[in-house]
Amino acid sequence: MGLKRQKSPVRSDPDLMKEVQKQLRLNLRLWGTTKEAGKRLKSLYSEEAQHLKDLMTRTLTLGESNSALLVNTVIEKLEASGTLGEGVVVRLSGLLQTDDRLALKEITCQLKLENATANKVFGSFAENLAFLLESLRCGSKETSKPVIFILDEFDLFCHHRNQTLLYNLFDVAQSAQAPICVLGLTCRLDVIELLEKRVKSRFSHRQIHLFPEDKFDPHYLNIFEQLLELPDSFPSKDFSRKWNSDVAVLLKDSEVIQVLKRLHNTTKDVRALKTLLLLCVSQLSSDQPQMTGHMFMRAQSLFASEAKTNMLQGISVLQLCLIIAMKHLTTIYEGEPFNFEMVFHEYRKFSRQRSTMQSFERPVVFKAFDQLKCLELVRSVDNNRGTQREYQLVQLMMTPLQVTEALGQLPGIPTDIQQWAASSLG
Amino acid sequence: MVSSSMVETVSDLVMEIPCRAPQIKLLASLLGEDECPLPSSIFMYGHSGTGKTLVTTAVLERLGVLTSHVNCIEFYNSRVMYETILNQLSGTVPTSNNNYSSYASCDNLGDFVGHIRNIGSKTKQRMAIVLEHSERLRDCDANILPVLCRLQELTRDVNIVVIFLSTLPIDKFRAATGFLEPIVIHFPQYSEEFYKNYINLVLSVFYLATKGFPELQHQVQLNFKAYCEPVEKGDAEEYDIRRLWRNIEPHLKKAMSSVYLREVSSAQYERMQQLTETAPQDVALVKAGLTSKMELPFYSKFLLIAAYLASYNPARTDKRYFMKHHGKQRNTKAKIKAKERSSSQLVGPKPFPLDRLLAIFYSIVDDKVTPTANVFSQISTLVTLRLVTQVGGDDQLDAPKYKCAVPLDFIRSVARMVSFDIVRYLYDYS
Repeated sequence: MGLKRQKSPVRSDPDLMKEVQKQLRLNLRLWGTTKEAGKRLKSLYSEEAQHLKDLMTRTLTLGESNSALLVNTVIEKLEASGTLGEGVVVRLSGLLQTDDRLALKEITCQLKLENATANKVFGSFAENLAFLLESLRCGSKETSKPVIFILDEFDLFCHHRNQTLLYNLFDVAQSAQAPICVLGLTCRLDVIELLEKRVKSRFSHRQIHLFPEDKFDPHYLNIFEQLLELPDSFPSKDFSRKWNSDVAVLLKDSEVIQVLKRLHNTTKDVRALKTLLLLCVSQLSSDQPQMTGHMFMRAQSLFASEAKTNMLQGISVLQLCLIIAMKHLTTIYEGEPFNFEMVFHEYRKFSRQRSTMQSFERPVVFKAFDQLKCLELVRSVDNNRGTQREYQLVQLMMTPLQVTEALGQLPGIPTDIQQWAASSLG
Repeated sequence: MVSSSMVETVSDLVMEIPCRAPQIKLLASLLGEDECPLPSSIFMYGHSGTGKTLVTTAVLERLGVLTSHVNCIEFYNSRVMYETILNQLSGTVPTSNNNYSSYASCDNLGDFVGHIRNIGSKTKQRMAIVLEHSERLRDCDANILPVLCRLQELTRDVNIVVIFLSTLPIDKFRAATGFLEPIVIHFPQYSEEFYKNYINLVLSVFYLATKGFPELQHQVQLNFKAYCEPVEKGDAEEYDIRRLWRNIEPHLKKAMSSVYLREVSSAQYERMQQLTETAPQDVALVKAGLTSKMELPFYSKFLLIAAYLASYNPARTDKRYFMKHHGKQRNTKAKIKAKERSSSQLVGPKPFPLDRLLAIFYSIVDDKVTPTANVFSQISTLVTLRLVTQVGGDDQLDAPKYKCAVPLDFIRSVARMVSFDIVRYLYDYS
């Protein structure tokens, strides 16, 4: 690849690199898609998309999917085709609208009905809802604007009290007064079970399942390629052509394939892939204008570092001793909780008999123990308020095996401690 | 996209903040230069005092990102947090001019996201929200963490990043639905030994006990004067490490017993050091005073001792300790084993009824005490002082149960004051 760089000095132009970064980062945003990717995705789910599109133009449904992307592209398309010209889209998210009152407020806001409501001051939720329903109902199929409700994180809406909002939306949808369409998005397959009976009976029972095509070759690699692609709208045509062909070359690099395969085996989530790629892209610079296998290796090491081991690396030898003592206690008492006094006793036994290390005073050890608690490596078993802190029952939040493994990876532990950790009798 | 100015910024920062080069580079490259879309959320973890805050604020400042920096410990409800963040992002400062009003009143996430969108469309600048001690957010409403993780998605086209700082790894955060995995950056503990000789010495002593940078810094500052002393007096050369070590060793030993604890402020510590030089005996007194400053009435002391005995001795052994003719005790092997297994010093105090406490009390006090209301009120005083805690239900008015809540050292010093040999009466030690 060094050869190529010499051929095209244009590449290290900082401004151009800036553009590349910008475009790639847009591609790799964890949410949403760029135009091209959206098209590609739609072709992937063409059947479902067609289905949804039909429904939306005609009727009302609850679509079930784990991807908001599809809906967005469909809506964009509808907007383009003009069907939606006089329609209104209301977007709600279960994460934001945590109860029906907030949801209703948001709906009135998005339907631009605030002015109407501001004149009549509504006292209660019920009145507000009644008004909204009336305004929805008063229309007929021919005269009023169609409204599309998109409920993101649909399962969270099911937890609202009485499911009033859902009931009323479905009711309006079913009774075919004003043309509205309710779309729910969720990743829970059992979401229908969450609906109450009266709500369920008003629901049209149309479910659209989107399952990602998850074979490594070609689907995963296709996604990879398309995420790194520079679009035709990129200012420098020459560069983008070259870049895209380079990406294709990258797909044959054994290191890259290895990294991707490993990620694919752990998770098929595209977001994880995007994060990995972002870590690679951020390494690009005008000195290094090309993606290399080495970058992927580095990104992977950043991506998949073991947090527990990292945390253990930072704690002191004294705290490590305490963890080993607790590991022994866990094996001795077969997972029963223990208290600080027992841990201290174990530690004292060790430091008296075997260690060349100086032993620490009780308050110091207790403080060290407390810090482990703050790091949540140790957690207190509940309901022992009122007892002295030395005697509060705690549990080690790692299995003995994990401790041994983590210790194996740590550099520079004194030998006597290592032996103590390996010994089975504590 | 690391252009020349970016490289300069980063290398400047690396010079300024020692030992954190990889983190600085990674964070800076993730955030990118002006106009670049920011990642949704970044999660940074590492032990306290590893420079998370320092690096984050420095990098954000250099890159010219509009930053709101909040500490989650400060917020007793989420409303305060939302308003503080909005104030900082919009540049509103509550003063007497605007009648101490914030940018907007906002008590739910829906409004919060809406306001962020407004601010974003107005400023057109890249924004960042830095949340320190973000582990506290887990105690708030369940939807806060997922929303903050995908704030960029929910606000649509606002170029904003949320940076979480925490001492806990990310595993402890996953729970709610819709949780978006942030990019994780780890800050390892400092391992470099800067400052050569002196620091080397102090480190070799304290490194075993603590790796926390703030704690080490504290110790280093405390003991530096003692280290310099011989040099100032002219006893030793600056480079004569062995002699300096001999001088400072006792100081460090002493400090070792109080590492982490900070029972005394630095000023007090220095005064104590001076005391040692003049009169070593005094210090022992001062130290003892720290733990047993509590002055109790005569009978209260005995009550407390009785409570301790009742808590830590099994009830069946009372006969042996407090009756004149209790028959012979034989120590069988099995008994000794059983004793070792369930030492009450390890398990902790056991509850005991009031009757038992009084019985032991009468038998250990030398002179006759009449069971007056006075004695009973002293028990309730001990309870309010938290030396003895009442356990079990409040439903049993006639037979409340108690537990002794003082450590062995404390009870020993109390017993010494009334010249009572408590160890002889303790099951674990006799």
